[in-house]
Amino acid sequence: MGDRDLALAAHLMRRAGFGASRGELETLATRPYDDVVDDLLHPERFPDIDTDLCDRYYGWDSYHGPAVGWMYRMAVTGRPLQEKMALFWHHVFATAFFKSEHVATLNRQVEMFRRVGMSDMRTILLELSRDPAMIYWLDNNENVSGEPNENYGRELLELFSMGVGSYTEQDIKHASRAFTGWTFAQPIPLYPHGHYDSRFERRQEEHDDGVKAFLGETGRFDGGDIIDIIVRQPATGVFIARHLYTFFVADEPQVPAWPIEPPRDPEAVRTLVAAYMESNGDMRAILRALFTSDFFKEAQFQRVKSPMELVTGVMNLVGFQAMPEPGIGVYQSAVTAMGQELLNPPTVEGWHTGKEWIDGGTLNERVNFAVNEVGDGSKPGIVEIVGRVSGSGSELSPEEFMTVCLDLVGPLTVGAETREALMAYAESEGPLRFDTEEDEKASGRRIVRMVQLIVSSMEYQFG
Amino acid sequence: MAQNGHNGKDPVLVIVQLSGGNDFMNTLIPYTAGVYHDSRPVVGIPADKVLPMNDEFGWHPSSAALKDMFDDGTVAVVQGIGYPNSSRSHFRAMDIWHTCEPVEVGTEGWLGRATREIDPKGENVLTAVNFGRGLPRALAVPGVPITSVGDLENYGLMTGIDDVDQRKEALDVFKQMYAPAVGTGPVTDYLARTGLDVLKGADELKKAPAMYRSDVEYGDNAIAQSLRDVARVHLAGLGTRIFYTQHGGYDTHANEVPTHPQLLSDLSGAISDFFDDLRAHDASDNVVMLVFTEFGRRIKDNASGTDHGTGGGAFIIGDPVKGGLYSEYPSLDPKTWANGEDLAHTIDFRGIYGTILEQWLNIEPTEIVGGRFEQISPFVAAN
Repeated sequence: MGDRDLALAAHLMRRAGFGASRGELETLATRPYDDVVDDLLHPERFPDIDTDLCDRYYGWDSYHGPAVGWMYRMAVTGRPLQEKMALFWHHVFATAFFKSEHVATLNRQVEMFRRVGMSDMRTILLELSRDPAMIYWLDNNENVSGEPNENYGRELLELFSMGVGSYTEQDIKHASRAFTGWTFAQPIPLYPHGHYDSRFERRQEEHDDGVKAFLGETGRFDGGDIIDIIVRQPATGVFIARHLYTFFVADEPQVPAWPIEPPRDPEAVRTLVAAYMESNGDMRAILRALFTSDFFKEAQFQRVKSPMELVTGVMNLVGFQAMPEPGIGVYQSAVTAMGQELLNPPTVEGWHTGKEWIDGGTLNERVNFAVNEVGDGSKPGIVEIVGRVSGSGSELSPEEFMTVCLDLVGPLTVGAETREALMAYAESEGPLRFDTEEDEKASGRRIVRMVQLIVSSMEYQFG
Repeated sequence: MAQNGHNGKDPVLVIVQLSGGNDFMNTLIPYTAGVYHDSRPVVGIPADKVLPMNDEFGWHPSSAALKDMFDDGTVAVVQGIGYPNSSRSHFRAMDIWHTCEPVEVGTEGWLGRATREIDPKGENVLTAVNFGRGLPRALAVPGVPITSVGDLENYGLMTGIDDVDQRKEALDVFKQMYAPAVGTGPVTDYLARTGLDVLKGADELKKAPAMYRSDVEYGDNAIAQSLRDVARVHLAGLGTRIFYTQHGGYDTHANEVPTHPQLLSDLSGAISDFFDDLRAHDASDNVVMLVFTEFGRRIKDNASGTDHGTGGGAFIIGDPVKGGLYSEYPSLDPKTWANGEDLAHTIDFRGIYGTILEQWLNIEPTEIVGGRFEQISPFVAAN
C-alpha cells in the first residue's frame, strides 16, 4: 500500500479474514494493496494447518468438536480468505447438525467449502448437490423418479442461486426431477465403528430420465445440466453479488427482502454482477473486483461484526497463539452465547445478521468477552500494546494516550460521545508517565483499562 | 382487577421450556393399556411402578413431587397439546411454538408481543426476563426490551473487573459512550438503547440476590437453580410479569431409561420447591407456570430411546390453577395414530396460549396467537 494505509489494511483483514496483529498489519501496509489482495486470493501460496489436536481434545460426539477445530483454524490460519469464504458458504448454504446429528458428513461439507469455495459457481453448486450432508439436510435422498421430493430443487433456486421471482413452480418441479437419484451411500454406522462420512451416489434406477423444461430450455436434463443453466442466469449473478456485498461490504436487509428492497448500493452490485458474467461465475474474479473497488475501501465499519468475527478479532488483538489445546473451547462457547452456533445454524436460511446479532443478552456477552480478554495484561498482544504506548514518549498527554490506544486497537474511528467519554477517563489521572518503575506500572494498568473501555464501545461492535 | 383471585396483584407468568421433546407418554403413563407396554418393551414403565392417578393414567415414578402437587389441586395437565402437521425438527418445531406461525417462518415471538401489550412504552426493562444463554425467539420482538440473564450473580456489564471502583468507573464510561446521539442512524440508535437497557436492568437485578432470604433448599441441578433465580427476582418485586427459563436434555433417542427419570425428578422437585418458596413468602397467589415442550415422542421405542413424535403434554401450575386433566389423552388406537406412529394432538397449543393470555394476563390473544382457538378453563374463578 504505497500510502502505508494501516487503516485500510486493517479493514481488509477484518473483512477478508479474521483480523490481524499489529505487526502483521504494519508489514501488509508496506506492500502494494493489490498484491495483498492477490495473496489472499491464492491460499495455496501459504502452508495449511491441521486440526488433529483439536479433534483429539474435543472429539466428534457433537458438532462442538469440529466447530472448535474450525474456529481455531479461522483464528490462526495463514489462508484467511479461504476460511472466510468457507464461512461465507456456510452462511449461504446453511446446513445444521440438529437434523442429521452426523458430524463426519458435516465436517466433510466444510472441507468441500474450503476446497472449492473460491472456484467457479458451477463447480460450487455441483459439489453442493453431491454433498451428502446437503442431500440429507434437504431430503434429496428421498427424491426419486415418480415420487420427487422438491425440497432441494426449491432451495437450490430460492436460497442457493437465483432467489424468488426468477423462476416458476414448474421450474422447481422439473429441476427436482433432474436431481432424482442423487443420493449418498449409507455411511458405516457410528456404533460401534466410529465416525465415517458418506459418499455421493447417483442411482440410475432412481433417476427420472424424461424430458424436462427448465427456464426456457428443454432436454433430458440431469442435475448437472440444470446447474449449467442456473449459473448462466444474470439472476444468479445478482444473487451472489448481493450475498457477497452483505457479507464483505456493508449490512443489507437479508434474502427474503431482496425481491422488494433495492440494493443499498446498486452501482456496487452492478460491478460485481459484471465481474460474474465476464468470468463465468469465477469467485476469484468477483472477489478481486470487490476487494479492489472503491466501494469496498470506503465501507469501513459499515457492518455489525458477526459473533465469529468479534471473537476471532479479539483473539488476534490479544495475540492468541496457543496450540489447539483443551482450553480453547471457551472461544467457541463464547461465539455460541453470542448467537452463532457454528455448524448448527437455525434454519436453511442461515443466521439473521447485521443488527439482529444484537440483543441485551448478546451485547452483554460481546462486551464482557472482549473486556475480559484484553484485561489480561499477560497476553502477548496486550503486552505489545502497553510496550508500544510506553515507547511512544516519556510522557503522554491524556489526548495522546487515548489517540494512540484507539490507533493500536483498530485503528478505530469513534463518534463524539465515545471520544468524550474516553477522554474523560484519560484525563482522570492526568498525563501518562513512565519516569519511575512505579509510574510505569500504574501507566501499564491505565493502558489496559483504556483498551478495555475501547473494546466495550459501540464502535467496536462494527467491523 | 383481581379477575382470577390474585388479590389485586399483577398476574405473573413463568414459562418452563423442556427442550428436546419431552416423552409425554412416559410422563403421564397410560399404564393399563396393553398397547403402551407392547410398544415400549425397553423404555416402558411397568404398571406396578407407576404412581396411579386413576384407572387409566399414572405418573412416572420419578415425578412424585409433581403428583403431590396434582393431588393438592394446583396442576392442570393439558393432554394431547400440539398442532396440525407437527414438525419433527427441533428448531422448526420450537420456532412454531415460539412464534405461532406453523407455515411461514415467523420472527416475532408470542411473549414478546405480550410484553409489548403489558408495557407498551418499554418503561421497565425487566417486564420480561429470560434466564439462560441466548434469547428464545418467543421473547424476540424488535423494539421490545427484554432482559436475558445468563448468571444472576454475575449479570451485568464489566463483571470481570474485580475492583469495585474500577468497575464503577468502567460502567460510567460505558454509559457515556452509549448515550443517544443525534443523526447516527438506526443501527447505532438501537445499539445505544440496548446498551443502556442492559445497564438499567443490571442495576435493578442486582438487588434481587441481596434481598433474598429463604429456608427452601433447591436441588443442585440446572432447572432448580434457574427456578430459584426466578423466585429471587419475583420476590424482589421488580415488576417482572413474564419469566422464561429452559430445562434441556429431553431429546432421548438413546439411553432413555437412565436419562428421562433423572430429568423428571429434577424438574418435579424444582417446581415443587419453587412454589413452596413463593408460598413461604406469601407470593404465590399471582404466579402461574406453563411447562411446555416442542413435541412428544414416538409411541414405539427404538430399543434404546424414542424418536421425535408429535402430540405431547403441557402443565399449567400454581395456586390460582384449578387442577385436573384437560383436553383428552390422544387415542391409543393404532388406527388413529398420526403418521401411523404418533399420538395425534387433541388441542391446539395456540388455544392454550390464548387461555393464559386472556384468562390470566388479561390480554386479548387473537392477534398474538394468530386467530381464535379452543380454550380451556383452568383457573379458579374470580372471588
